[in-house]
Amino acid sequence: MSVFSFYLFATCVIAGGLFTVISRNPVHSVLWLILSFLSAAGLFVLLGAEFVAMLLIIVYVGAVAVLFLFVVMMLDVDFAELKAEMARYMPLALLIGLVILMQFVMAFGAWESNVAAEGLRTQVTDPTVHNTAALGLILYDDYFLLFQLAGLILLVAMIGAIVLTLRHRVDVKRQDVVAQMMRDPAKAMELKDVKPGQGL
Amino acid sequence: MADFFYNTGLGIALLTLGQVLLILLPLLVALAFLMYADRKIWAAVQMRRGPNVVGVFGLLQSFADLLKYVVKEVVVPAGADKPVFFLAPMVSLVMALIAWAVIPFNEGWILSDINVAILYVFAVSSLEVYGVIMGGWASNSKYPFLGSLRSAAQMISYEVSIGLIIIGVILSTGSMNFSSIVNAQDGDWGIFNWYFLPHFPMLFLFFISALAETNRPPFDLPEAESELVAGYQVEYSSTPFLLFMIGELVAVVLMCALVSLLFFGGWLSPVPFLPDGFFWMFIKMLFVFFMFSMVKAITPRYRYDQLMRLGWKVFLPFSLFWVVFVAFAAKFEWFWGVYARWTVGG
Repeated sequence: MSVFSFYLFATCVIAGGLFTVISRNPVHSVLWLILSFLSAAGLFVLLGAEFVAMLLIIVYVGAVAVLFLFVVMMLDVDFAELKAEMARYMPLALLIGLVILMQFVMAFGAWESNVAAEGLRTQVTDPTVHNTAALGLILYDDYFLLFQLAGLILLVAMIGAIVLTLRHRVDVKRQDVVAQMMRDPAKAMELKDVKPGQGL
Repeated sequence: MADFFYNTGLGIALLTLGQVLLILLPLLVALAFLMYADRKIWAAVQMRRGPNVVGVFGLLQSFADLLKYVVKEVVVPAGADKPVFFLAPMVSLVMALIAWAVIPFNEGWILSDINVAILYVFAVSSLEVYGVIMGGWASNSKYPFLGSLRSAAQMISYEVSIGLIIIGVILSTGSMNFSSIVNAQDGDWGIFNWYFLPHFPMLFLFFISALAETNRPPFDLPEAESELVAGYQVEYSSTPFLLFMIGELVAVVLMCALVSLLFFGGWLSPVPFLPDGFFWMFIKMLFVFFMFSMVKAITPRYRYDQLMRLGWKVFLPFSLFWVVFVAFAAKFEWFWGVYARWTVGG
């Protein structure tokens, strides 16, 4: 059963990745990317890392991919023109791809590991603790400072993005919710007695 | 026989299929009557009669509607992206349904008792937005597109506060499993042991966020009939439209189940001398659904900027503050340890 699931998810990851690259329509690309993310989450579940799987779905599929989709949907791109442009850079892209492939082959071809080293790869935490608790224990006990610093870096990035994009335009009408709620019906409304056939 | 169902691959698959049907069929039948109840309550508030023609008291109205939707013609707009156009309602329905896999109805009455149940529900409900976005985009039309953009922004905004509120409950329980969360609310005083008392303000925040998350009135801006005709659903007809409708309602019932599990103690009895049981869960879910219907009937629709202000400037800071407060209260066992329930049951 789990072997079948593994091959199903693995095929979906690879197919999703492939179609992300070759889709003509960028929105389809993002949808294939989402399939890829979801299948990767499935692979994590098979590994027994259910917490990481759920985080992958919540963060990447639930937030990041939605933003991708937003941006891509709003763009008005001429795809035929884009494809024509792409043909020009094809040789360069092929060259880069070849170089990366060669590097992988060389790196993994020379990969050697000691049998004793394999034996040292054990679980760092108590196997009876389920992995959410195990991750929490490690993050908040051993790597507390690093974890907090990572959060701080994200906060700085967030503030930076806000500072870069925040503009106070003076010529737009703004809604002042407090003033709207404080409005008095007696002052805001006026009753007029309209005579028939006269109008105001 | 038992060996076949517990040990062979085919047996386990069949057993799981049976359990899935055992959850889905009652859920979908109940849905038909919930939709009827929704319309009846709405009608009663407005002093109308509501559906009263099909069947006794109009009880079969939803089934008549179902038949009507199914036999209509499926209209696909010109220039629509056909695969995505039909994928969208299916995503909407499937995402709403699969979340039920981890919802317990009674002690042990659960399809999949996983450790990260609440994260799973949160993840699945964050995927529901895709049905809306895909539907709006694939229709190749302006109003659905605007509606879907609004809806996506709205759902993402309120997911943030829902997540923070859930973290408060998780902190109190010390577990992300629904059964543990319910068991942590068990105690000698019945109703006073439930989380709605210590987490009182969060109950309202969760309820309102759930309204926004499921696009219910007063936050039904994505389908605002008066401005966007019907938002992302404009171009849909027949069965695809029906799937959207069912998906939306299933999500609402799921939120009812979440409120009952997180704040009202799931299947626990409100008074100590009565037995616990699944009927308490159903009564609580029906009560929350009644509140959903009443809100639909009595509140006017929010303006879009008010919606965003409420989500980001009111709910987010308040729920963030509440997480910090609960963290301190649970750690130092303030208020006689009501926030540190893992010592009690969880």
